[in-house]
Amino acid sequence: MNSSLMLSLTTFVYGLAAFLYIVSWVFKKQAVGVLATGTSVAGIAANTAGIIMRWVESYELGIGHAPLSNLYESLVFFSWTIVIIYLVVERKYNDRIIGAFSMPLAFLAIAYASLSPNISDRIQPLIPALKSNWLIAHVITCFIGYAALAVAFGISIMYLFKEARTSGKSFLLDRFPAPAVLDELNHQMIMFGFLFLSIGIITGAVWANSAWGRYWGWDPKEIWSLITWFIYAALLHARLTRGWHGRRVAYLSIIGFMAVIFTYFGVNLLPGLHSYGQV
Amino acid sequence: MALLYYFNRSWKFFSSIKLTVVLLLSLAVTSIIGTVIPQNKNYIIYFREYGEFLYGIFNLFDIFDMYHSWWFQLLLLLLAINIVVCSIDRFPATWKIVAKKSMFDVSRFRRLSSKEEVTVNRSPAQLIEIYKPFIAKVFGYCRVEQTDEGVCVFGEKGGWSRLGVYTVHLSVVFLLFGGLIGSIFGFEGFVNIPEGEKTEYIRIKNAEKRYRLDFEIRCDDFNVSFYDSGSPSEYRSTLTLIEQGKPVLKKDIIVNDPLRYKGINIFQSSYGMLPPEDVALTFKNRETGMEYNKNVTVGREFDAPENIGKFIINDYRKSGKFMGHDIGETFTGILTRNTGSPVEIILPLRFPSFDRMRNADFVVSITDYKSRYYTGLQITKDPGVLVVYTGFVIMIAGCFITFFLSHQRVCIDIIANGPASRVVVSGISNKNRLGMQQKVKQISKNLARLALTA
Ligand code: HEM
Repeated sequence: MNSSLMLSLTTFVYGLAAFLYIVSWVFKKQAVGVLATGTSVAGIAANTAGIIMRWVESYELGIGHAPLSNLYESLVFFSWTIVIIYLVVERKYNDRIIGAFSMPLAFLAIAYASLSPNISDRIQPLIPALKSNWLIAHVITCFIGYAALAVAFGISIMYLFKEARTSGKSFLLDRFPAPAVLDELNHQMIMFGFLFLSIGIITGAVWANSAWGRYWGWDPKEIWSLITWFIYAALLHARLTRGWHGRRVAYLSIIGFMAVIFTYFGVNLLPGLHSYGQV
Repeated sequence: MALLYYFNRSWKFFSSIKLTVVLLLSLAVTSIIGTVIPQNKNYIIYFREYGEFLYGIFNLFDIFDMYHSWWFQLLLLLLAINIVVCSIDRFPATWKIVAKKSMFDVSRFRRLSSKEEVTVNRSPAQLIEIYKPFIAKVFGYCRVEQTDEGVCVFGEKGGWSRLGVYTVHLSVVFLLFGGLIGSIFGFEGFVNIPEGEKTEYIRIKNAEKRYRLDFEIRCDDFNVSFYDSGSPSEYRSTLTLIEQGKPVLKKDIIVNDPLRYKGINIFQSSYGMLPPEDVALTFKNRETGMEYNKNVTVGREFDAPENIGKFIINDYRKSGKFMGHDIGETFTGILTRNTGSPVEIILPLRFPSFDRMRNADFVVSITDYKSRYYTGLQITKDPGVLVVYTGFVIMIAGCFITFFLSHQRVCIDIIANGPASRVVVSGISNKNRLGMQQKVKQISKNLARLALTA
């Protein structure tokens, strides 16, 4: 068993968990939901094992470093954090429908890492610029932030569905949490995500200052992370003004997550210094 | 009077959160431009790319250096004013809440819709003795007041967390101010220094400017090491700083471990190889088989052996061409015989017997050459970094306080009910109301238990 195999297995398990959450939601089967939670827990165990094995393998190759150094590894860590955050939310709010909107994101992230022909799962040695503890802090905090914002994205979509059907009964939506609860949960996730997004940008700036002598260089990746940050900052304030609750906040949360995705993948289409995100 | 009127109008304008949302979203949207149009390139490139008309318009709005343009900086300035005005506008009210703990009012708590109530078999006087220390322990601040129907205990904590949001906003001001200091008093420059050489002049980025440092930088040595896979593992420059002719500091720098001296930071940024300077040559007499080895300097003429004439190595190419083929690293020499015209001799490193093709009496080949590395250094000065880093710390702390701590107040309303008492617990919090409701439930349970066991 090696880490690649373990992480492929994780992909499969997350796919199954996502499927079970959706089945449990659509067919209103409580037992399937319990099974989905169990599957997710098994998945997170496999995911954790895969990350640790990869770490160990890199030492066996003589180039030991934390498995957070390229697109493959960051995607694996991304889905790990999404699942952790989701499971905490599930436990705290005792609601499994959110799983139908969160687990698919975790599955997509790790499936993209495992299955895309463009992403190499080889363990590579670190190039000089990446040899920094700030890098590890940077990647971990960014992805915790991204994962929380991913869950907020799922919740925002739920909110918009639910909101659109306040009158009358809908077969699929009637067991959704109330809009007010979704809105509150969305806010909780965004606050958590915003804090870590901020720390992620800050650790990135400190790292850049130690590697290149400037904490901010207006390179496209930096700018896009700033754009994302502006959007969520606007969202936090929009909540404070009258008439901007709920719906518009949900839209901003969705736009914000699009910006996250673009910061992560899209920026590689633009020129810049952050070549490490490249495949 | 008119002045006051305009002042009030502007104050109102700048203390609005709607303005904040508009500014933040404008910054987000306009920032996209600079990631789509590459910044700070040569104007010729832009002219070719966009044509005269678009070029003119873009140039008018400084789109090619938009993050330093007047309008982008204006947006940032407006944001700063917005933050400062808004904070000044709201701070007094917040401070009142934080500083004064005397604002408890039972009727306010009684009006709350969500309350927890239990009835216990003790008198209010007895209960106070039990509950006061409990609330003091959980909340820190505790006060007892008589009411018309009995007595009530107030608890409060986390009032100061209301200041968190001001620290977040203060941190933004720090960041903007630190950035401003850096852009006025700092610089970002580059210099390439060959091994063994020194310099005190650097080039400033995005400007045709040179800058003279107060000291010289000497590169004693440069090394690059590779992994087995061939990708680079470490770039290392050994640098000595020389002030007024005397070495003052020596250090090896690698990427992520710069040298800092007198506010100037020196970073490993790139490297390269100088063209070869010393070459080892062999002249072979075809008839006698006699070989002559010579170490020569590129660009300097010397006497070839057996008095055949003068020779000079005058060119080096990393990938030389011969009849359209790439022949790798190649030197070119010129042999000027004592009689006859000069001939050009091609000397590819990979093919030592290449010169045989010339069919002359001597075959020349290169056996070895030496070349030096140069190290590419990034030299920066930014006196604003400390301010910016302070802003970073304040921002993280402030966000944490604002998001996860809250100002919580509870009221234990004890109402005499014959020999027993009704204990009504209610609470308010400036944030996370669901969480507060949970907490009130928990407290109510604990109070019921305490009344039984104490
Ligand atoms: C980049 C700039 C800014 C950042 C990062 C920022 C950050 C924050 C954060 C994190 C919160 C807490 C939100 C919450 O509790 O959900 C907040 C609240 C607030 N912000 Fe800002 N802010 C910025 C600019 C501004 C500006 C320009 C104003 C001026 C009007 C402003 C006014 C407020 C107000 C009034 C609150 C609510 C305070 C309260 O709850 O009592 N912010 N801000």
